[in-house]
Amino acid sequence: MNTQRRVIMVGGGLAGLAGTIRIAEAGLPVDLFSMVPVKRSHSVCAQGGINAANDIARQQGYSEYEHFDETIYGGDFLQHQPPVYEMVHWAPKIIDLLDRMGVPFNRTAESQRDLRLFGGSLYKRTHFAGATTGQQLLYALDEQVRRWEAQGKVNKYEYWEFLWPVIETDDAGRRCVGIVAQDVRTMQIRAFRAEAVVIATGGCGMIFGKSTNSVMCTGAAASRCYQAGAWYANGEFIQVHPTAIPGADKLRLMSESARGEGGRVWVPRTKADRRDPRDIPENERFYFLEEKYPKYGNIVPRDIATREIFDICVNQGLGVGGGNMVYLDLTHLGREYLELKLGGIIEIYRKFAGEDPALVPMKIFPGVHYSMGGLWTQYTAKDDLRGMAMGSANSMMTNIPGLYAFGEVNYQYHGANRLGANALLSCIFDGLFCGAGVANYVLEEVTTTSARLDQSIYDAAVSQQQEIVDRLINGRGMESPYQIGRELGEEMTAASTVVKSEQRLRQAIEALHQLQGRYQTIGLSDTGMWTNQNLSYARALGDMLKLAEVILQGGIDRKESRGAHYRTDFPDRDDANFLKTTVAKYDPDTGRPEISLEQVETGLVPPRARTYGKVAASTDTSRPTETVSV
Amino acid sequence: MVAPTAEALQTRSVRFRIKRQDRPGRPWRWESFDVPVEPGANVISCLQWIAANPRTIDGRDSNPVAYDAGCLEEVCGACTMLINGQVRQSCSCLIDQYAPRDGDVMRLEPMSKFPVVRDLMVDRQRLFHALTRTKAWVPIDGTYHLGPGPQDTPQSQQVRYKLSECMSCGCCLEACPQYKLEEHESRWDKAFIGAHAISQARLFNEHGTGNVLASDRLETMIGPGGVSDCGNAQNCVKVCPKDIPLTESIAAIGRAVTIHSIRKFFTGK
Repeated sequence: MNTQRRVIMVGGGLAGLAGTIRIAEAGLPVDLFSMVPVKRSHSVCAQGGINAANDIARQQGYSEYEHFDETIYGGDFLQHQPPVYEMVHWAPKIIDLLDRMGVPFNRTAESQRDLRLFGGSLYKRTHFAGATTGQQLLYALDEQVRRWEAQGKVNKYEYWEFLWPVIETDDAGRRCVGIVAQDVRTMQIRAFRAEAVVIATGGCGMIFGKSTNSVMCTGAAASRCYQAGAWYANGEFIQVHPTAIPGADKLRLMSESARGEGGRVWVPRTKADRRDPRDIPENERFYFLEEKYPKYGNIVPRDIATREIFDICVNQGLGVGGGNMVYLDLTHLGREYLELKLGGIIEIYRKFAGEDPALVPMKIFPGVHYSMGGLWTQYTAKDDLRGMAMGSANSMMTNIPGLYAFGEVNYQYHGANRLGANALLSCIFDGLFCGAGVANYVLEEVTTTSARLDQSIYDAAVSQQQEIVDRLINGRGMESPYQIGRELGEEMTAASTVVKSEQRLRQAIEALHQLQGRYQTIGLSDTGMWTNQNLSYARALGDMLKLAEVILQGGIDRKESRGAHYRTDFPDRDDANFLKTTVAKYDPDTGRPEISLEQVETGLVPPRARTYGKVAASTDTSRPTETVSV
Repeated sequence: MVAPTAEALQTRSVRFRIKRQDRPGRPWRWESFDVPVEPGANVISCLQWIAANPRTIDGRDSNPVAYDAGCLEEVCGACTMLINGQVRQSCSCLIDQYAPRDGDVMRLEPMSKFPVVRDLMVDRQRLFHALTRTKAWVPIDGTYHLGPGPQDTPQSQQVRYKLSECMSCGCCLEACPQYKLEEHESRWDKAFIGAHAISQARLFNEHGTGNVLASDRLETMIGPGGVSDCGNAQNCVKVCPKDIPLTESIAAIGRAVTIHSIRKFFTGK
């Protein structure tokens, strides 16, 4: 058995890879677990770019502080401010590092890194590599991890699924000392020892059926940690991206960079106008975002753009052809410009929708995209709240010592709504900044190494997981996991995305309980023990059903509207009662979440009204000004 | 988010003929499924339908077809397979384009150049191993802040960006007559490394810092399974889903290898 102190990283996206690099650099071996080869992680789907203050923006009055303020304002003041402050100050250094790793950032004529405009900012501060920035960043980190792997400092366990954290309790309390994982090809289940475990497994879009997420983004890993005692915070904050291409299997992201580079959102002013969009004259087009938000126009933050599009289609019936669709128009920008700046996404639209965005306006609709909420994590603020203490062992540690959460799977940085191009930043920042904290925890705070723990702890953890698998394999029920998954997705999308209400959320919880009941009687069509994807899905579905309840219950308890969470029955932001984090704790007796509220650290920027300069639009008569909160 | 419209519910049916194998070493077989196809359906949505309704055309209960999938928007490379004999990603394979009429047949097979794990899922570890052989990375000093990377012109960025879009899907290897199935890892360092890795060698040799390892990479490309094993069939560039100029990369590395060999002959290093 290996007696050296080591770290387990679960997940090989940007957060997991950045963390792996930093921890390996600190001299600790890393066992890297991923359901897919890490180069195929969901981070590849990120398109638009990564934000950082830069020299040009500085000369226009921008700085890290403005980036900080934009992020807090965009997040409707729900995030703890010290971690955000630290992150935005690291941003320019992270861009430099990625540049050194060879990321082909777009360049200006003078060989400088090019910049583009993005949602929630009036300054160009988004660095990009075509329209596949996430892919390019992921590849750069993947290459560095391969380098560490070649030196024997990183062991990859690809096609291994995280099943459960191993938590040991002694006189000093409980702590995480390893994981149980399953090889999804051989179906072997075994335990792995480590001094610390980092969960970096991304979001939970699959709970909503169709989303912009990759198929492995089920939220199962986060749910398993939650069921094992880790807290889950702000689950109700799910970002619905304003522009996605509807599809039979998923909703494909159409990057915000399309609007950042000048794309315009519009619908015909006449209901169910059947004309070819190119035949509709300018004065018969309703550029509703530009009219209502003259300052920000098409680059208002995502929650606002999404609600406006939803309102135009669902409430006002102005969607294209009377359906749930609006135009995202790039035709005025010219093919050469589009290929240079937006090539990747133009190609995706061409391939999947079969039309050329350089010639015809794209048809898009909002789709579930990102989870602002996630595993509850800690941090140590500097005394003046301006940043986090470097190297602190509790940086992004969950409430279980030794168990960390990096990237989208934690609840930090983005509050009630994430700004575009801040996700890549927060994932890499978590890995680099908090990876140092993990190393310090392992080297300085762990007194009894996992190698000295009794094997029975790990054996018991494996048997527990084996029992769950056996129960699924031997179940002879008639319910199909795919049918339950489909119904879960439809119900969650209908009840808990753009517009919510107490009555509808309660109805969804009822439906969820029925699905949870039916889940007890599922039967698998594949009961073999070799690469059984039927089993892996069924197993994850059980965990998705648990996490869905956290999302719904958080939505019920939060009786206000803030960022991505919009309640028709409580349309205003309510700072007096709800400038708080919702923290869900799993009750093993009932299988349900207990939700409590926790204070948010807002000591640097006091909350203010979040309007983005909204004015009444010419044809906007029907609708409350829901986005003007407070 | 979109409620199904009346026209979306009007479906036709396409027959999927799928090459199946339960696990390595077992015999393979064909199984056929009739799948109702909605407008906008792709191979993945049909495989999802089969997973939920695994009944063959002769009415026999089967089980879900195993396959790799990830992003479903053709940037991760996971869902590569043979569709009607052509290698490509299954997510971007739209049924309306491939099988436009009712009752059309779609034939799905796993890639033939990698060992089958199960059904349409293969083990592409050798492909990633080739990236290690190529030292496909920039040898940075570490993650501490040391200022920006080397300056890059927009022209050079455009070249590197294109090469860097390689998603390690393996299409170029499937189409290559020189690239053969190697079941055993011990053969990987001798057998042809493939167009993708040669192109990655070019990518990192083009970078200001990556260039430090250029001669290591060229040594790999001179060695067994290196660039000289390319038979110039030019199939790779035709099947690359990202239109990466693979044959240009092979030519560029071929030239660099020649110059490297001559220099080595005269200088001994």
